[in-house]
Amino acid sequence: MKIAVCLKRVPDTATRVRIGGDGKSIDPADVQYIISPYDEFALEEALLIREKAGEGEVTVITVGPEAASKEVRTALGIGADAGVIIQAEVALDPRQIACALVGVLKDRGDDLILFGRQSVDSQGAQVAALVAREMSLPFVNDIISLEIDGAKVRVGRDTDGGREVIECPLPAILGCDKGLNDPRYPSLKGIMAARKKPVETVEAQPVEASLETIELSLPPARPEGKIVGEGPDAVSELVRLLREEAKVI
Amino acid sequence: MERFESLDFYRIDDLLTEEQKMVRQMVREFVDEQVLPDIEQHFMDGTFPSEIVPTLGDLGLLGANLEGYECAGLDSLAYGLIMQELERGDSGLRSFVSVQSGLVMYPIHRFGSQDQKNRFLPQLAKGSIIGCFGLTEPDYGSDPSGMITNAVADGDSYILNGNKMWITNGCVADVAVVWAKLDGRIRGFLVEKGTPGYSTTLQEGKFSLRASVTSELHFQDCRIPKANILADADGLGGPLSCLTQARYGIAWGAIGSAMACFDCAKKYALSRIQFGKPIGSFQLVQAKLAEMASEITKGQLLALRLSQLKDAGTMTAQQVSLSKRNNVYWALEIARSARDLLGASGVTHEYPVGRHMLNLESVKTYEGTHDIHTLILGHEITGIPAYK
Repeated sequence: MKIAVCLKRVPDTATRVRIGGDGKSIDPADVQYIISPYDEFALEEALLIREKAGEGEVTVITVGPEAASKEVRTALGIGADAGVIIQAEVALDPRQIACALVGVLKDRGDDLILFGRQSVDSQGAQVAALVAREMSLPFVNDIISLEIDGAKVRVGRDTDGGREVIECPLPAILGCDKGLNDPRYPSLKGIMAARKKPVETVEAQPVEASLETIELSLPPARPEGKIVGEGPDAVSELVRLLREEAKVI
Repeated sequence: MERFESLDFYRIDDLLTEEQKMVRQMVREFVDEQVLPDIEQHFMDGTFPSEIVPTLGDLGLLGANLEGYECAGLDSLAYGLIMQELERGDSGLRSFVSVQSGLVMYPIHRFGSQDQKNRFLPQLAKGSIIGCFGLTEPDYGSDPSGMITNAVADGDSYILNGNKMWITNGCVADVAVVWAKLDGRIRGFLVEKGTPGYSTTLQEGKFSLRASVTSELHFQDCRIPKANILADADGLGGPLSCLTQARYGIAWGAIGSAMACFDCAKKYALSRIQFGKPIGSFQLVQAKLAEMASEITKGQLLALRLSQLKDAGTMTAQQVSLSKRNNVYWALEIARSARDLLGASGVTHEYPVGRHMLNLESVKTYEGTHDIHTLILGHEITGIPAYK
């Protein structure tokens, strides 16, 4: 089975983000980058499928700057067989990213293309769906179980208060959610072996942007707390404020 | 608890390879997710988190700098970063890995027969067996050459008699690297668990390294096959070369403890309000943080340079002494200062600084006490050995 895992390099979720000078992007200085956490579920699932089948090839593909080789190498250290970096030094919109991916994916003949359900930075959850549309492949997002059954795949997803099981033919595109599996750490041997695994760098096909980020801003600072008084005497005032000002009771 | 932020004031990260950073990141995540949630409880209970040993093996953290035999063959800097991250978790955890890697696998790898290497190293690397290192005796600590434990040849066997003390992993070890005198020369022997005449006792009542097993080893007419001698180690140089490996790891590990304390102290200083403002606004608190950051940065530079010397094959034992002595001394000072900065909270298990502070008292003492390293440096500088 041939599996492609599309992953995104994103700022570490613990990073304190600062807005860059242009007011439209984050300041990259001192930002630590990681593989977007949902994409780790996708990679782990690909490795599990390969291990269970006893054969197969897992390729990680990313659209990003040259520095994204760190995330690709990490994925190879975790166990992927090969990597592709589609170079883009500037921020792309979801359609541009999808087109860049399709440029590589269309000739690969993968049986399965896995994504994280969404990236943790832009949180658009658009790219996988756009790729699926562009390639005319079935797409299910937010999957929490996956079972290969011959030429079909059966996936489960949580719905409001229940569970949905969906089956579709391969090849298919799936967006992986938390709960699907428990991603492994890279091992030292894996990290050392990653050095010898192939990483291909290709140029993104130029596609006109359809979206433009106008402005980025940080959430407003939390207002200071208010002490309304002390002891039982303050209770009626507290209740009044909760009801009339905060409107929470 | 908030995520750990490492200190890199001098941009030492710029000098690391992608691979070295990846190794550090892997260990950092492992410690955050699998060690820190339970470590305070283990420390309180006086138990070693043995459930993580198979993972240590799976990740390749045991004997990571050795070549072959299922070992990763890492460079010294990456190995040091592993030690740093493990000790950021707990000195007891780093001690476990140091002993297994530097004091058990290293001597078998360097001094052992092909048969011993094939038999023990892959299992030690996987963590499916555990090792310990028996050098120190009840009456011979800083002066190991006076050891009483002895071996006598008898037919196809050696018969060991004597006692070892303060042995990390002793009670849980499947194989002990034991140093004993054979015809007046210090030699190394592999003693396996269950050998008649070999027993261990748990040393209890420690207020330090509580998440690590410390034991006495007893040998009473303990008969081992002649094949179990480490043939290529002859004299005190054998065990001392192992200690050099372990001390190298400690020089890095201490930085991990110090960074954990600094990170905790800094966050506390910025969030704890007294007199209407964060205590980090006060000059006395800032002075403490500045001192911590300075000494951590110096320690990082020492360890970094030491790793280069080690890989170049020119590192001397005296250079290791300087780094071990300095970095552990300052880690302990930083832990004490952080404990002080946290006020009453500093003496609780809600924060890691008290645990690190207590652990570091042992780290300062084991693998050559602070004072012995002072004398090693004094010897190196003057040419006059003060300990003879």
